[in-house]
Amino acid sequence: MEEFQSLMQGFVIALSLKNVVLMFAGVILGVIIGVLPGLGGANGVAILLPLTFSMAQSPGGTTSAIILLSSIYWGALFGGAITSILFNIPGEPWSVATTFDGYPLAQNGRAGAALTAAFTSSFVGALVAVIMITFLSPVVAKFALEFGPPEFFAVYLLTFCAFVGMSKESPFKTIASMMLGFAMAAVGTDPVTGALRLTFGHMELLNGFDFLVAVIGLFGIGEILLTLEEGLEFRGTKAKLNLRVVLDTWKELPRYWLTSLRSAAVGCFMGIVPGGATPASFMSYGVARRFSKDGEKFGTGMVEGVVAPETAAHAAGTSALLPMLTLGVPGSPTAAVLLGGLLIWGLQPGPLLFVEQKDFVWGLIASMYLGNIAGLIVVLTCVPLFAAILRIPFAIVAPVIMVICAIGAFTVHNAIFDVWMMIVFGIMGYVFKKLNYPLAPLVLAIVLGDRAEASFRQAMLVSQGDMSIFFSTPLVGVLTGLAMFLLLWPVVGALRTRLKGR
Amino acid sequence: MRADTRNRLRAGLAAAVLALAPLTGFAAWEPTKTVEFIVPAGTGGGADQMARIIQSIIAKHNLMKQSMVVVNKGGGAGAEGFLDVKGAKGDPHKIIITLSNLFTTPLATGVPFNWRDLTPVQMMALDQFVLWVNAETPYKTSKDFINEGKARSADPAKRFKMAGTGSKQEDQIITVAIEQKTGLKFTYIPFKGGGDVAVQLVGKHVDSSVNNPIEAVAQWRAGKLRPLCVFDPKRMPYKTKVTDTQAWSDIPTCKEQGLEVDYLMLRGIFMAAGVTPEQVQYYVDVLKKVRETPDWKDFMEKGAFNQTALNGKEYADWVAKEEARHVALMKAAGFIAK
Repeated sequence: MEEFQSLMQGFVIALSLKNVVLMFAGVILGVIIGVLPGLGGANGVAILLPLTFSMAQSPGGTTSAIILLSSIYWGALFGGAITSILFNIPGEPWSVATTFDGYPLAQNGRAGAALTAAFTSSFVGALVAVIMITFLSPVVAKFALEFGPPEFFAVYLLTFCAFVGMSKESPFKTIASMMLGFAMAAVGTDPVTGALRLTFGHMELLNGFDFLVAVIGLFGIGEILLTLEEGLEFRGTKAKLNLRVVLDTWKELPRYWLTSLRSAAVGCFMGIVPGGATPASFMSYGVARRFSKDGEKFGTGMVEGVVAPETAAHAAGTSALLPMLTLGVPGSPTAAVLLGGLLIWGLQPGPLLFVEQKDFVWGLIASMYLGNIAGLIVVLTCVPLFAAILRIPFAIVAPVIMVICAIGAFTVHNAIFDVWMMIVFGIMGYVFKKLNYPLAPLVLAIVLGDRAEASFRQAMLVSQGDMSIFFSTPLVGVLTGLAMFLLLWPVVGALRTRLKGR
Repeated sequence: MRADTRNRLRAGLAAAVLALAPLTGFAAWEPTKTVEFIVPAGTGGGADQMARIIQSIIAKHNLMKQSMVVVNKGGGAGAEGFLDVKGAKGDPHKIIITLSNLFTTPLATGVPFNWRDLTPVQMMALDQFVLWVNAETPYKTSKDFINEGKARSADPAKRFKMAGTGSKQEDQIITVAIEQKTGLKFTYIPFKGGGDVAVQLVGKHVDSSVNNPIEAVAQWRAGKLRPLCVFDPKRMPYKTKVTDTQAWSDIPTCKEQGLEVDYLMLRGIFMAAGVTPEQVQYYVDVLKKVRETPDWKDFMEKGAFNQTALNGKEYADWVAKEEARHVALMKAAGFIAK
């Protein structure tokens, strides 16, 4: 149990008063960053990076510095769920899937339960991921090396396929919505030729459509428009205001142990690969819906529908740090900034980091346990507070949300153009809802579209255009096969019921 | 008499003021509000790291009275950031760090900007490029590699796969330059970041890369990658052992090995057009102090940078020469947007 000893050593380092204070400060800051749409974890960490520079030069300082920055990251992971549940506005990309059931729960007066479920399952997901990092990191790091372009594309394909046919609407509407998302993801720079496309000579479109702007508009503004139409009523006023709700929800949670376990596995896999927390949350929600007894009721306010994406997102977000430390490949935008931080402090992420910087690595891993506990304490005690926001009359809350959304959209690129885009997306979100087109596939395609495209075209370059590359090794073959299976599952299911009926 | 003294005194004072005026006027300009430091690339990359370390050093050593914020504007291969500074004519509170996309982006995409739309301030360093292969391959020198590559060039499916960062940017330009000098043919595969490229090479999904030292050093030290040669006309000066047996200075130049390709990437600071010489001088002075700190020297060694640092006319001339070279290279490669 060499790992165990090293971990205990790590706890000694992480539990110094200074580091614990930094941990709580980081988590609180992170929650705030996670709550504000637009100001993502990556930006938050980047802003604080220079502060850590002098900190990192005192002895043992790099550990304190990474504890501060990674705690911000945990906080942002927790915080992203709050606005998703309360206002249907995902504060972070990975909390989009949390809105699907979290927001209906809040509307039914169960905001406290949704928040508790979200925070607790985030914690569980993170815990599973940290345990894996503690004991399996060498094996896992090797696994990540197996992933070339075809494997990455197969993972993205799997995410998309897990999603088609899972929404309540007809699969054709889902596909139409997804295709529109792909078209939007294509705007900007072509990943292989470097040429500009679909910008029609407008410099504002150089960046393509930013996912955050789209999400803030589609969900946030779209929801406000809908509520306006329905007569300015906010149905969250029944929200209970004491900590009892936490305990009551905890009693309910063990029922979903299988979903938790499955979601944690999906999350760890996606974090290591690294595919990222956002596809992990979507995939896990899709899978949970398919395998749950109550799959039909997903989307109407099921606690299980909050547990699945939150567990996976946090597991992925946490395990994304492993490829960052062992390979120097960031698994998420925030991990990319942390990676930059390590380099600035003079550490070299890579295979030797675990050997040469034992104190740093194990201090960090110990702080992952502690930081997530700190995070859980902070957010859980605030549950009644957050839920109480819903008691404020809509006429007051709505303008505030509008302003926060606008600031969020502006923050993404410091461009006023994005605020207009947000409003356009808001109207689009409203129209989609009215016509019963699902928004989630559109969002998923905007997030993953360009990455999937890049991997596909890289794979095509490697194979000189031969599609059989997607079945060329057992690993990629299994992934592609699984994707096809999930895609065709509804068809198979329909056939079966028809045959039985005869 | 009294009037006379008074007059003399007055004259004396006036002379003193006159004498002081140019001095104070010259050194007087200082930022009056927060300075925006634009990075025409995403967070986490090489340019971003350098910008943030400059920002950290300035903050740590109190080199500026006003604060500095780093803003990433990486859209359209950096065009977003350059257009922003181009549009900020005469604004002394905005500086930008450049990489090779200062030349490559306008040429490859046709987005209308040019370094002449900016004011050169200070070259901070030049970034090196090294030819890397997987350590398990038999190629010990660039000659071995090139010969095998040539033998495989005839069949497109068997060609060496070169992984690089971005498209029609520095990595691909070097790849094309090698092709032009040797007649070898690569399949170039663009990835998003240098770290991804290094890992793809370790995982044997590709055959070679031209990673910057800092992007591949960790894998080199772990014995996963092997450097063949550096694309600098001179060897790197850093003699401290990086692996058990080798230092940066032990890597031969590509020229030594008969591969006549050299390429260095600009890491330099520019301002908007229309700023005054005093304003430029202010930043030159601040950045000079940055370069003198031990923190900076440490960073230079870790990333094995070429520490050429120019300013003024020399810098502008260097940039002009480099631009001409990029036009020639990209024209030959067929990378220029119509």
